[in-house]
Amino acid sequence: MSQPENILADAAAATSGSTSAAVTERVALGMPELPAPPFPAETLTRLERDAAEIIGRYPHSRSALLPLLHLVQSEEGFVSRTGMQFCADRLGLTLAEVTAVATFYSMYRRRPGGEYHVGVCTNTLCAVMGGDAIFEALQQHLGIGNGETTADGKVTLEHIECNAACDYAPVIMVNWEFFDDQTIESARQLVDDLIAGRGATPTRGAPLCGFKATSRILAGFPDRREGALEAGGSGGHASLIGLRLAKGETGPERITARPAEPAPRDVPVYPPDQAPAGHPSSHDAPQPSAGSDPDHPAGPVSEERE
Amino acid sequence: MTMTPTSPAGSTGSAGSTASPDKLLAPVLSATWDQPESWSLRTYRDHGGYAGLRTALAMAPDDVIAYVKESGLRGRGGAGFPTGMKWQFIPQGDSKPHYLVVNADESEPGTCKDIPLLYANPHALIEGIVIACHAIRSGHAFIYLRGEVVPVLRRLHAAVAEAYEAGYLGKDALGPGKDLQLTVHAGAGAYICGEETALLDSLEGRRGQPRLRPPFPAVAGLYACPTVVNNVESIASVPAVLARGKEWFRSMGSEKSPGFTLYSLSGHVARPGQYEGPLGITLRELLDLSGGIRPGHRLKFWTPGGSSTPLLTDEHLDVPLDYEGMMGAGSMLGTKALQIFDETTCVVRAVTRWTEFYAHESCGKCTPCREGTYWLVQLMRDIEAGKGLMADLDKLADIADNINGKSFCALGDGAASPIFSSLKYFRDEYEQHITGRGCPFDPAKSTVWADRPAGKSTAEVNA
Repeated sequence: MSQPENILADAAAATSGSTSAAVTERVALGMPELPAPPFPAETLTRLERDAAEIIGRYPHSRSALLPLLHLVQSEEGFVSRTGMQFCADRLGLTLAEVTAVATFYSMYRRRPGGEYHVGVCTNTLCAVMGGDAIFEALQQHLGIGNGETTADGKVTLEHIECNAACDYAPVIMVNWEFFDDQTIESARQLVDDLIAGRGATPTRGAPLCGFKATSRILAGFPDRREGALEAGGSGGHASLIGLRLAKGETGPERITARPAEPAPRDVPVYPPDQAPAGHPSSHDAPQPSAGSDPDHPAGPVSEERE
Repeated sequence: MTMTPTSPAGSTGSAGSTASPDKLLAPVLSATWDQPESWSLRTYRDHGGYAGLRTALAMAPDDVIAYVKESGLRGRGGAGFPTGMKWQFIPQGDSKPHYLVVNADESEPGTCKDIPLLYANPHALIEGIVIACHAIRSGHAFIYLRGEVVPVLRRLHAAVAEAYEAGYLGKDALGPGKDLQLTVHAGAGAYICGEETALLDSLEGRRGQPRLRPPFPAVAGLYACPTVVNNVESIASVPAVLARGKEWFRSMGSEKSPGFTLYSLSGHVARPGQYEGPLGITLRELLDLSGGIRPGHRLKFWTPGGSSTPLLTDEHLDVPLDYEGMMGAGSMLGTKALQIFDETTCVVRAVTRWTEFYAHESCGKCTPCREGTYWLVQLMRDIEAGKGLMADLDKLADIADNINGKSFCALGDGAASPIFSSLKYFRDEYEQHITGRGCPFDPAKSTVWADRPAGKSTAEVNA
């Protein structure tokens, strides 16, 4: 896909204040990496207090590692080497042990990202119901690809896996709040609102907070904002559908296609000889064949990004 | 909890031989989801919440285990293992601490029952946790919630705080000198952590990779101590069993699959959503009462319980949606995530995407899964793009066979399921992609807005 000039593929440059990712890029081969700089003293004191509270929830301190990684992410907006070293120090682990964990889980950002994480579900059901089209439209609309951040540092776009809201498909998650029943138009409007600073109201859940504040909730510090708990109400419309039927509040809708009837074998939309040029569902086009297996057109692909 | 199944409010006038929804459905866990502040302790107690706990605490722990066992409650997380039996495996009289870990990592594609349950009714889970901890003599329980659902985390934080304040948790919660702690733990994005031993490793602050069994978690689980790992819906169902009785529970469903459960209908249906009813309802009944396939279309294929359960077709509409019924049809009940796809959906596209998911989520610990899912993706992508060969179909089946039953955990089996089942029912569609050098389907036709009049907004449609 095209990369408009105003977009920085490397989000590191888009966000100031966090330099370790950029430093990593510049390390020459053979030069051992310098230790990460510690947090400033004031920040450190505050984080140590939070860390002690987190560690206190568990019988064994190492269990606190995932929440601690959420905590350092809430400080910097991503998990930096400084953050990982902090976790290692608190738990008596090596930096390698912490890095191994931080790189395993997809919610930990390994470089700075946007204030809003916009995740479009492209697992099969959402993809088929329109998630693929929405993801494609948002990439074009924002001029960025998967995992990239807009130049203003507002939005990081990503395709995500199933988020347990299939009855509301297609689903978009913004900072891990539900935006249900999306269309291409509603999705464009959503990111426009986020970029313009107008905010957006989730379908189920509380008014959006920034990525860092969200990470703090994930670290186990309850959201104290007035009205956050109540926002979104009780069950969502799809969650209530069976209950309402059982209570006789809504009758069954017209049954248009009786599944009982034996179905003729599916007739493709296009005859085979008029098939469209191709629309691989994959997020990444198939890669070239391996030279070592010329008889077979499939071949190894490069590692996924990150 | 004594939440009564919502009483029928008259016939809904459904036509013909179809039983009316109030006869087929039985909301228990979902009965209060429409109430104001349904997530609060107050609403929960107003509807009889925490009555099951009183009953349980008046019983000896072993009696609670026996009672749950006799109720026939089976795990709702996919495998269907009897819940009471899982509790019974915990050694008693040992000197080690015991732990209860609730698996709230709901990530199986298509599965969407625990998240709405926890969002609207978190106290059902907390009450179940207290009962279970009493039964297995545990003083510390954990809820491992997937991280990507902040609204649910918010309500769990609040509900747990309420339960502490009310004395259901904390000091002497299980009787004099018997404290109970409950920790809510947010994951960080890894499907594999839904596998119980990977979940335990993750909860210990490690990469979420499955452990070799035996030893089973009941003997050496969290911190190498006896641990019960149960799904959210399983534990949340326990209070109703205690409050209303095992006979009531067994009056629903079948001998081997008793009780009520949440069915999640999604995809190309007129009304996707949660439908709670007795086990053993059929997909035809569910579709009939819910309005069927979306207007103008017909069923092509579906999964009974998430993408890891072999897909089925319209031949299987009348098979009871219970553990035995689905097993007999060559599939699994799984999580009762009924993903419905109509005739506009390309099965190759669907399976490709699922396969990409498994490859992405494979933890990398064992070779058959790590390598196998990788190669399945290469073949599926080529076939979908019209660059496949006929021989690839056998190769697909061969690779899937080398993963299935030969990997460390069930993720590998799950990856093989859609391959096997789609080749079984839709081999000709794979062949069409190969001979036609491309996909014959138009993806625009399967979108949710494909049949909508132009300009109609989502809000109107969902009103």
